[in-house]
Amino acid sequence: MKHDLIIKICMGTGGIASGGLDVMHAFRNQLGKKSIKADIKKHCSMHKVGCRGLCAKDVLVDIILNNVKTTYQFIKPYMVERIIEEHFINGNPVLEWVVSEDYHQFHDNQIKVVLSDCGIIDPEEIEAYINAGGYDALRQVMLTMSPGETIETIKKSGLRGRGGAGFPTGLKWEFCSKETSAQKYIICNADEGDPGAFMDRSVIEGNPHAVIEGMIIGAYSIGADNGYVYIRAEYPLAVERLRKALQQARKHKFLGKKILGKEFNFDIKVKLGAGAFVCGEETALIASIEGYRGMPKAKPPFPVYKGLWSKPTVINNVETLANIPYILRNGAEWYASFGTEKSKGTKVFALTGKIRNSGLIEVPMGIPLREIIYDIGGGIENDMAFKAVQTGGPSGGCIPAKLLDIKVDYESLASVGSIVGSGGMVVLDENDCMVNITKFFLQFTQSESCGKCTPCRIGTKRLLEILERISSGNGRDGDIKLLEDLSHDIKATSLCGLGQTAPNPILSTIKYFRDEYEAHIKEKKCPAGVCKDLLSYIILDQFCKGCGACKRVCPAGAISGERKAVHKIDTQTCVKCGACIESCKFKAIRKG
Amino acid sequence: MPNLRIDGISVSAPEGTTILDAAKSADIPIPTLCHHPKLTPYGGCRLCIVDVKGINRPVTSCTTPVTEGMEVSTTNPEIEKLRSTILELLLSDHPNDCMICEKAGDCTLQELAYFYGIRENRFEGERRQYTEKDDNPFIRRNMEKCILCSKCVRICDEIQGVGAIDLTYRGFNAKVSPPFGKDLNCEFCGQCVAVCPTGALTGKMWVTKGRQKDIREVDTVCPYCGCGCSLTLHIRRNRVIRVSSKENTINEGWLCSKGRFGFSFINSPERLKTPLIKEKGKFREASWDEAFDLIVSKLKKIRKKHGPDSIGGLASARCTNEENYLFQKFIRAAVGTNNVDHCARL
Amino acid sequence: MTNSIPEISANDVIFVIGSNTTETHPIIALQMKRAAGKGAEIIIADPRKIDLVRFSSLWMQHKPGTDVALLNAIMHVILKEKMLDGKFIDEWTEGFDAFSKTLKDYTPAKAEKITGVPAKEIVQAARMYGKAARPAIYYTMGITQHSHGTQNVFAVANLALMTGNLGKESTGVNPLRGQNNVQGSTDMGCIPNQYPGYQKVDLDAIKEKFESAWGVKLSGKPGITATEMIIAASEGSLNAMYIMGENPLISDPDINHTKKALKKLEFLVVQDIFMTETAELADVVLPAACFAEKEGTFTNTERRLQRVRKAVTPPDNAREDSWIVLELSRRMGYEMQYNFIEEVLQEIGKVWPAVAGITYGRIETFGLQWPCPTLNHPGTPYLFKGGFPRGKAAFTPVHYSRSKELPDREFPFVLSTGRQLFHYHSGSMTRRVTELNMIAPEAYV
Repeated sequence: MKHDLIIKICMGTGGIASGGLDVMHAFRNQLGKKSIKADIKKHCSMHKVGCRGLCAKDVLVDIILNNVKTTYQFIKPYMVERIIEEHFINGNPVLEWVVSEDYHQFHDNQIKVVLSDCGIIDPEEIEAYINAGGYDALRQVMLTMSPGETIETIKKSGLRGRGGAGFPTGLKWEFCSKETSAQKYIICNADEGDPGAFMDRSVIEGNPHAVIEGMIIGAYSIGADNGYVYIRAEYPLAVERLRKALQQARKHKFLGKKILGKEFNFDIKVKLGAGAFVCGEETALIASIEGYRGMPKAKPPFPVYKGLWSKPTVINNVETLANIPYILRNGAEWYASFGTEKSKGTKVFALTGKIRNSGLIEVPMGIPLREIIYDIGGGIENDMAFKAVQTGGPSGGCIPAKLLDIKVDYESLASVGSIVGSGGMVVLDENDCMVNITKFFLQFTQSESCGKCTPCRIGTKRLLEILERISSGNGRDGDIKLLEDLSHDIKATSLCGLGQTAPNPILSTIKYFRDEYEAHIKEKKCPAGVCKDLLSYIILDQFCKGCGACKRVCPAGAISGERKAVHKIDTQTCVKCGACIESCKFKAIRKG
Repeated sequence: MPNLRIDGISVSAPEGTTILDAAKSADIPIPTLCHHPKLTPYGGCRLCIVDVKGINRPVTSCTTPVTEGMEVSTTNPEIEKLRSTILELLLSDHPNDCMICEKAGDCTLQELAYFYGIRENRFEGERRQYTEKDDNPFIRRNMEKCILCSKCVRICDEIQGVGAIDLTYRGFNAKVSPPFGKDLNCEFCGQCVAVCPTGALTGKMWVTKGRQKDIREVDTVCPYCGCGCSLTLHIRRNRVIRVSSKENTINEGWLCSKGRFGFSFINSPERLKTPLIKEKGKFREASWDEAFDLIVSKLKKIRKKHGPDSIGGLASARCTNEENYLFQKFIRAAVGTNNVDHCARL
Repeated sequence: MTNSIPEISANDVIFVIGSNTTETHPIIALQMKRAAGKGAEIIIADPRKIDLVRFSSLWMQHKPGTDVALLNAIMHVILKEKMLDGKFIDEWTEGFDAFSKTLKDYTPAKAEKITGVPAKEIVQAARMYGKAARPAIYYTMGITQHSHGTQNVFAVANLALMTGNLGKESTGVNPLRGQNNVQGSTDMGCIPNQYPGYQKVDLDAIKEKFESAWGVKLSGKPGITATEMIIAASEGSLNAMYIMGENPLISDPDINHTKKALKKLEFLVVQDIFMTETAELADVVLPAACFAEKEGTFTNTERRLQRVRKAVTPPDNAREDSWIVLELSRRMGYEMQYNFIEEVLQEIGKVWPAVAGITYGRIETFGLQWPCPTLNHPGTPYLFKGGFPRGKAAFTPVHYSRSKELPDREFPFVLSTGRQLFHYHSGSMTRRVTELNMIAPEAYV
């Protein structure tokens, strides 16, 4: 039955965190009130939908009234009554709450494949996915195509692994399909662990069936009868929706014995990860599923030959698998029409940091970085100057402002010392210290190193120690060289991708921001004013009126001075919290 | 059987052989710390890296199988520099107290530090701190000296089938530990001690008893069960101070707690040191002549009175073949009876 | 053992019955674990859940003393499901027909009632063992130390014979011998009815051979066993004993009976390294050298002679057992002449050709397994390749009989002894190793 009124409430992790559940209850309560119901007299349905990307404006609510869609932003429960009265009953949308131009700008510059149904369909209802064309690809593959033809299609589409390494997916499937083994596995890697990355989580939360359908097609192509989704336990909503989706898929006989009546059995188990970043590395992930400590192993042998329990195994990332149904539905040529010569299709990025429209975006490969930052992202927060963007998380590198016109694809980013990675993009502005940012990433990789190999376990610790001494004003001559040398040796000798890429943030920041390092080491200054140990707060005599505001807020009692006389900060006692600056109405306090 | 060239030398090795083993067969040395021929290749220490033509980064020779036409370089300035950095990193987190370390002289890390001439360390920084615990009488663990080669973890799991220890924690704080950081509670076979390349694991009972350079080694057979494990006794000043076992033996170098740690009875103060003769219910020390005279006269008297079958002898499953042979020959030929047996027959 | 320790890891089925291998033979157990790691299936029959169960595919918990019933039922299934090796039975065995009839009654259902092992598991065990390519059976005292221990051993042998699982690499029957040289002391003729090399004392030809070798008249009357000696001592028919390196007071059953018997002896000589409980009862105690203080050979459970070497000197006046025995013999009027200890082994080779090919030089680094009759013989890793010494192996029908002593009102429990990993035998050595005593201070029930 066609409904005349449809309410869609954003219920991704972002939406829920912003109060999505309360908004939904408010709609339910208000609509339940007899008087309103009588007034609407129309068919009404309400849906949870996944993340549509623009988490910065949650809670987002779509109202589709007689086929006209209106989107509201920043909705709180108290607003619901007015929307119902004015919009539903009287037909006049509450314009002041409707999304503004930047919402459309954010979306209009994207091309959505993986995310095309995210934020539109209800992720907890398989029918919603089926009505949107879901599982058509599976039917088409299983009823009309051989495994070989399927693999050929994926190869032609040019799809490459979206987890970071960018290995051609079709080729991986082909290798595995050629292995003769009674038992093969397909694993979905949902152990997304980069700080600031939430692409995979959003896809599973917003459209879990696309991932499942992709896995079934993959299993059919390579001849696997068992699959695993290895997913972080820290993603409870994604896990819940995934489990629900698996149950529904089983009920619809997309999983289980004799799928679609064919001699093809396949089922998927969910395996929760315990929060180790390194388990995103495929051999460590396999060890973890097998019940061992999640530690990488040397390759070869590659998992496609000897993977889970020593059987041929394909491991694909969430986004890679979610692409599969859409590619098969629309054709390899369609997919290959996006992107560049070597990097086909689209890529999902998590855009965060000092960006106005932070959120989840999907863009064609090869899009200029400038378009992402300014057209989609809406530019830098508070109109600060763009400084750099860190791509690929702790394994990636930074791209400075002067390279803003670079194309975002595997090859171009690699050429400037960064990577596409799994799709994290952290935008930095003039107030960010590159040494400090680098230190943050090294802290992360060091504490996430599994400890198996020497260069990663001890090497990253030493890199971090050098960065720490630089940012605390104890940097020595030759430290930059030492960082470079050690980084080189760690990259060359580490066992897995974690260690091999851990020095990337150091190398790329030294490459583009060497002067900042030198300022820290030689002048003992932090140009961005971030590194606390290098900061001092000074009261400028000519501006100080002696009002005493700073003295009152100073938690350390570091400020002294008589009323109406110039105050002074004792730098020994000062804890550099910055409270005085905020309290001073006369801009008499300077940090530097 | 793939043919390859290692440092310009033609080598052929069976399919599946690692570069390390192929190099070994051609007598080309490659340094290792985490490799053990009986354990699954690990690739953790990274010292055994080599260059392979066509691969753009060094590979660990302990994990990489040979392929046809492969060209391997095991040593060049870049590789040696990388190895040196790895050693420097290991030593930057090591007590470097070789002068009082049990393992000095028999320590792979010390050897490598020597050969790579590492004195200055560019990476001095925080060192792991570890308070020794463990009430057990056998194994002393000093995790500050551990280089996380994981041989102990693997041998305990793969060979002993016990799994008493594993790596715990992450990053710099990673360490080998029994569950929940508790005391070691296992079979105390000491296999872990035997494979430890540094002084991280040592036998408590041999601490300060003598280092490897001071000792004389004697190969013999274990005096306990019927497995017949080969033992190497480490002797210093006429005392057995340590027991080990070589790899090319029937027991492949593995021992149990008795074989490895149960040797101090040899030097027990309770050992019998002189013949004893019982007089009025009490033993007194006697000379061999006295003892023999008494035995001979008694046995002859009893034989004369009751016949040879009134005498019996029990030989020992703990004595040598030669001794047992002589014993039964003595009973049969000198005493004149077949009354000879030992404790267990099938 | 019919096979060797290195062959264990190539077994595809390992049937362990009456052996707590990880505690009694820890290093052999490592090979079993390795086999399991390579995919071998381990079947265990043991009343206790021994540690090896962790690595097993099937654990049958049978009641103590019901081994024959269990084994016969397994053979019943093998017969019924035709998992026999007919060719082997025809060529190498005799008495199969008579034997097979005795299996008829031992249905798994009946065996379940006796043994407590579910019939299903018995069938499963039979199929696993019966269908395996390289199965081997391992047992120790859990089989032998029963009032019907011999029956148990026959049953094990029958099982291997009917399936043809003997005389092949990694396939056989393997009693794991207890002490370091229990195999050797048996080989050396320290048994009352056999000279070295299992040659019967009551066969004239053999007696004459030894008489000429040793240059002395010998008794053709078989002697009495260790247990019989204790009985004879208590009855007064044995008057003197010479005990070398044994502690029967602790190791024999019924300590009170043994003590009484030994006390009754007119004269007791004990030669040992410690003042053992038995030595306390002696009239003369002789101080001996321990294993690290002498030269010679031990023979391990797989018939391998290995070199024992002198590493340190014995304390004070303690002497090698060989010196003591030779000296005593000389003073008894029978002088044995050897210039060095290897000459003893050479003499053994002359009276028992199976070790004639073994010299100290050949076993300098690695031992040799007898039979090794000539100097260029490589030794024999597994026995009965291409035949049995007596021609054809005989099936010996055995029937289940209940143990001699069963629980009653006065003694309601069955207690079974077991070994501790950290101690050995009567503990005369390990109890004097402080560290081992710390970790395992006492035996437990």
